[in-house]
Amino acid sequence: MAEVEALRPGAEAEVPIGAIVARGYWGTVAYRLSQDPVTIAFGVVLILIFLAAIFAPVLAPHDPYKTNMPMRLTAIGTPGFLLGGDELGRDMLTRLLYGGRVSLFMGLTPVLLALLIGGSLGVTAGFVGGKVNMGIMRVMDVFYAFPTVLLAIGLTGALGTGSRNLLIAITVILSPPIARVAESVTTQVRAFDFVEAARASGADTSTIIRVHVLSNVLGPILIYTTSLVSVSIIISAGLSFLGFGVTPPTADWGLMLATLRTTIWANPYVAVLPGLMIFITSMCFNLLSDGMRNAMDMRF
Amino acid sequence: MTDGPTPDAVATAAPQGAERFLEVRGLKKYFPVKGGVLNRTIAHVQAVDDISFDVAKGETLGIVGESGCGKSTTARLLMRLIEPDSGTVHFDGRVIGASNGIPVREMRRQMQMVFQDSYSSLNARLPVEATVAFGPIVHGVSRPEARERARRLLYDVGLDASRFMKRYPHELSGGQRQRVNVARALALQPRVLILDEAVSALDKSVEAQVLNLLLDLKKEYDLTYVFISHDLNVVQYVSDRVLVMYLGQVVEIGPVDEIYANPRHPYTRALLSSRPSMDPERRITEPPLSGDPPNPINPPSGCRFHTRCAFANEVCARVTPVLSTFGDDARHEVACHMMSPGSGHPDAPARA
Repeated sequence: MAEVEALRPGAEAEVPIGAIVARGYWGTVAYRLSQDPVTIAFGVVLILIFLAAIFAPVLAPHDPYKTNMPMRLTAIGTPGFLLGGDELGRDMLTRLLYGGRVSLFMGLTPVLLALLIGGSLGVTAGFVGGKVNMGIMRVMDVFYAFPTVLLAIGLTGALGTGSRNLLIAITVILSPPIARVAESVTTQVRAFDFVEAARASGADTSTIIRVHVLSNVLGPILIYTTSLVSVSIIISAGLSFLGFGVTPPTADWGLMLATLRTTIWANPYVAVLPGLMIFITSMCFNLLSDGMRNAMDMRF
Repeated sequence: MTDGPTPDAVATAAPQGAERFLEVRGLKKYFPVKGGVLNRTIAHVQAVDDISFDVAKGETLGIVGESGCGKSTTARLLMRLIEPDSGTVHFDGRVIGASNGIPVREMRRQMQMVFQDSYSSLNARLPVEATVAFGPIVHGVSRPEARERARRLLYDVGLDASRFMKRYPHELSGGQRQRVNVARALALQPRVLILDEAVSALDKSVEAQVLNLLLDLKKEYDLTYVFISHDLNVVQYVSDRVLVMYLGQVVEIGPVDEIYANPRHPYTRALLSSRPSMDPERRITEPPLSGDPPNPINPPSGCRFHTRCAFANEVCARVTPVLSTFGDDARHEVACHMMSPGSGHPDAPARA
C-alpha cells in the first residue's frame, strides 16, 4: 500500500477530493483478501466444514452412536450409508459430522486460550522489557526444552485423560510460541517514536498498549495463531488417537482414525476418511493463514 | 515572521531572572554499556554530562552539535521520557517530578515534543484525526471535543481537515506528516515545544514551509521553543539564543547573533566554518574539523575538545574548563581555557 502510494507522488493534488478512499488498515486487509481467490476458496471450504459441524444434528442421517452390525465396514456409496459404515456399523457420514464438532472444538479452543494467555504474556514482556521480559520469556523457553507432542502426552498423563485435560495440555504447549511471536513484534513496535509520543502525551501504559501497540501487533499475532489451529487439530487428533484425549464412543476424527486403523485391510477407503478430514481442515487453516499474511503484511 | 530574528527580538528574549521558564541544572545521563559473560555494566556512555541552561519565556533556544553529542538525549530528559541520573529541571519555577514540584504528567501537558522521524512518530494504524485527538482524550477531554480540537489544529498547521482527518500516515507526504506531528504536539495546548530535529528529514522547500509554520504558530500560541538541530543555518534562522553541545557538555551559549558573528569556543568556530559557503570564491578547502568526535564511553580528560582542538595546550588535557561569562556580555558563556583569565593557557587573557 505504502509502495503504491509512493509510486504516484502528488496524487492528492490531481485526484479530486473524495476520490481517495482512506480505507485504514483492516479495510485494506479486507480489500487485499478479496483480491485473492485462492484464500477465499479455502476460507469458503472452512466455513462449509464449520457449518456442517454446527448443523450436524440436522444434517446427519443416522444416530452417531447406534451400532448396526450388518452394516459393518460397508463400502462408500451404499444407499443410506453414503460414506459407508465403521467397524461397528455406525454411519460414517454421521460420525464425521459429529466428529467435526469435537475435533474443531478441540482444535480451536486451545488456540484461542493460548492466544489470550501467550499473547498477553508476550505483549507484556515485549512492552515492559528488561527484567520482566527476561522472567516471562525464560519461563516460556523452558517449554521449548520438550518436544511438543511428548510434552502434551506428559501433561495429559499427569492430569489424567479426558477432553478437558487435553484442552489444558494443548493450551499449555501452544502458549509459548504465541508469546514469542507477540514479544518480538511488540519489541519492534515499542521502538517506534509514536509510542514515545504517546507517553509524552501523558498516556499510561495500559492506554498505550490498548490504542497504539495492539493495533500494530494484532495482525502478525493473528496470522501466526491461525497457522497454529492446524497444529492444534493434529495434536488433539493425535492424542485422541493415542488414547489420551477424547474417549470412545464419542465421535472424534482422531479417535475414529485410531479405531478404524485396525480395519484398514478390510476397507481402506472408509478408514482413510477421518484422516482426510483432518488433512483438509488443517490445510485450509494453513493456507488461510498464508493468505492472511499476504494481505496483512504491510511495511509501515 | 519570515525573515531572521531581529536584534531587538534577541535583546528582549534574553533570560532575566523572573522570566526563566525552564531552568536546567546539572542534568546528567549515563547509559550503561553491558557486556561480558555475566552481562554486567562494563562502562557508561556519557550521553549528557552535567549540563545547565535556562530557557526564557517566549524565546527559541537552539541546540546544535554533531551527531551523538547528546542533543536528543537532552530533549528526552526534558520530557522525562528517560530518567536523568542526576540534575533538576525547573518548569516555571517548579521542579519537575519532585514531591513539592510539578508532576511529570502535568509537565507533559505543558511541554510537548516533535520528533525527527515523521513516519515512525505516527501510528500507521490510526487516522490522522485520532492521532491528534489522542492526547486530549487521555487528559479527559470528551471525544467529540477532542476531535473538534484535532480538526481545528489540522487546519492551523495548514492541512484541510475535511480532506485529511480520515487519512492514514502512509497516505501523506513527509511535510504533511510533520505538520500532523506538530498538530499532535499542540493538541494539549502546551507552553513549551521541544523540536528534536523536527525539520531535518524534510527536503529544503518543505523544510522552509514547516519552519515558517513553526514561527507563525509560536506567535499565535505564545510558545517557547527548544529547537534541536544539526543544521546551523536553520538554527540561526529560528533561534534567539544558541547552545552548542560537544560530547554531552555545553561548550558555548549565547545570543544567536553573538554566537554566529563572534564565536569564542574553537569548536563553535570550527562548526560555523564547516558550513558550505554560498560564495564559490570563498570555498573551504581544508576541513575545519578532522576526524570523528571521540567515543563518549571514554571521553577525553580535561576539556573534551582538546583532542581535536588546534589551540590545545597541556592545561586543556588536565583541567576541565568551566562554562563562564567573559568580557562585558553577561549573556554569552563559553567553556574554554583561552577565554578564562589565569587558566594557565598561554592564549588566555591576563587576570584582571
